[in-house]
Amino acid sequence: MPRLGADMEAGTLVAWRKQPGEHVARGEIVAEVETDKGLIEVEIFISGTIARILVAPGEKVPVGTVLALIDEDAVPAAAAMDAEAATRAAGPPGAAAAGLTARVAAAAVPAAPPSPPPAPGAVRLRVSPAARARAAELGVDLAAIAGSGPEGAVTRADVERAAATRAAAAPGGEVPAAAERVAGEEPAAAERVARMRQAIGAAMARSKREIPHYYLATTIDLGRATSWLASENLSRPVSDRLLSGVLLLKAVALALRATPELNGVWQEGRAMPSPDIHLGVAIALRGGGLITPALHYADRQSLEALMRSFRDLVTRARTGALRSSELTDATITVTSLGEQGVESVFGVIYPPQLAIVGFGKVVERPWISAGAVVARPLVTATLSADHRASDGHRGARFLAAVDRLLQEPERL
Amino acid sequence: MTADEPRSMTADELRALVLRVLGNIAPEADLARLAPDVSFREQLDLDSMDFLNFAIALHEALHVDIPEADYARIATLDGCVEYLGARTHPEGSAGS
Repeated sequence: MPRLGADMEAGTLVAWRKQPGEHVARGEIVAEVETDKGLIEVEIFISGTIARILVAPGEKVPVGTVLALIDEDAVPAAAAMDAEAATRAAGPPGAAAAGLTARVAAAAVPAAPPSPPPAPGAVRLRVSPAARARAAELGVDLAAIAGSGPEGAVTRADVERAAATRAAAAPGGEVPAAAERVAGEEPAAAERVARMRQAIGAAMARSKREIPHYYLATTIDLGRATSWLASENLSRPVSDRLLSGVLLLKAVALALRATPELNGVWQEGRAMPSPDIHLGVAIALRGGGLITPALHYADRQSLEALMRSFRDLVTRARTGALRSSELTDATITVTSLGEQGVESVFGVIYPPQLAIVGFGKVVERPWISAGAVVARPLVTATLSADHRASDGHRGARFLAAVDRLLQEPERL
Repeated sequence: MTADEPRSMTADELRALVLRVLGNIAPEADLARLAPDVSFREQLDLDSMDFLNFAIALHEALHVDIPEADYARIATLDGCVEYLGARTHPEGSAGS
């Protein structure tokens, strides 16, 4: 069971997407796991053939539990390394994780059993976490429901409709049972939110206990960026429009190239800057809580590509289909509370990361430009960073770079 | 007008469509209690990504491309139905 974030202790295996005998390639999704952060798709970190599945759907197991055995593709020398990786995954929070372990391919491993016919559960269903929970409560088969949600996703309403139809069709006995369960629904949702609050609390308490934060803020003139964006969007069909948040994300990603001490993780007593820039973006979940999945290689994506990735990530975060790498790879977090109307946010660093960048609301305010007072859209950009890894001087350079990049939006 | 353009919808059908789209974006919301003349962005706590998805879903269903400048006009249920009605029945227009 991979540790999908510093605050995760256990997870429930919901479904296997691959069966014994099937070959899997590194990065492929092999299983679905339910955590306090919703349903996560677990990616495999090696290539090989699934030999045995050790945890059955429905089982809740602690982080570090071996979920399945894999006969690795014939690279015996690498096997030891992978075994080590698996141990590390189960160990310190935030380390690269995947809860599957490798077995030396060259060893006398019995031939993999013939592949069974794919179980109905192996077919990918788009189901919201709320719907999945409700289906479990009501004993409804998700595979039998035609979803009415986005991209055919099964929603809670679909599940309830299916349960109602079944209850109506069944002899009287079924109905009171279903009605009884309806009363239990609210506590289940409340419990999920409570668990998430607890997990967030644990991670943030650890952050405040262990990370000596320093805080910086600056006001950035978004005049050029906003007018460039407005004219750009005018010529784009609605499905290709950019959100201003994407410009901010791209500027942050590019600015990080020059300040690697803000991008990475704190591990074994020292900062480990990351060569890759994976922005964790704080996404508020409907019904409470938040999640900060990673936008991979944000600095290398065009604005269009970044917008598509961002939109996809937000959709999946809210419908419960994030991937394990998205929960473990972030090298820094960006939070934006502007939509809530506040002008600045000083974030708490998500361990083991080194910094968190915050953006407030874009406000129109008087601004001095070339000696004249003009009305300009302004945003407050903030940085909370780990003083063990960097100091205010470097942090200030980073915010200045973000400002500079936003003055040339067409080059982002 | 193109052949695959959907037939004109009545105000009631447009209202049902808008509510269905909002239901997909905010599945937990009780849309029966939505005040039709108050911004649903506030009522349903929609962020800019939700609102963009709303505009995209309307575009997919009705082939109406809503410019950003018109976003304020579709922010309430009543306003949105009225706006979409006007855009899907362009008066005296030969096509779009």
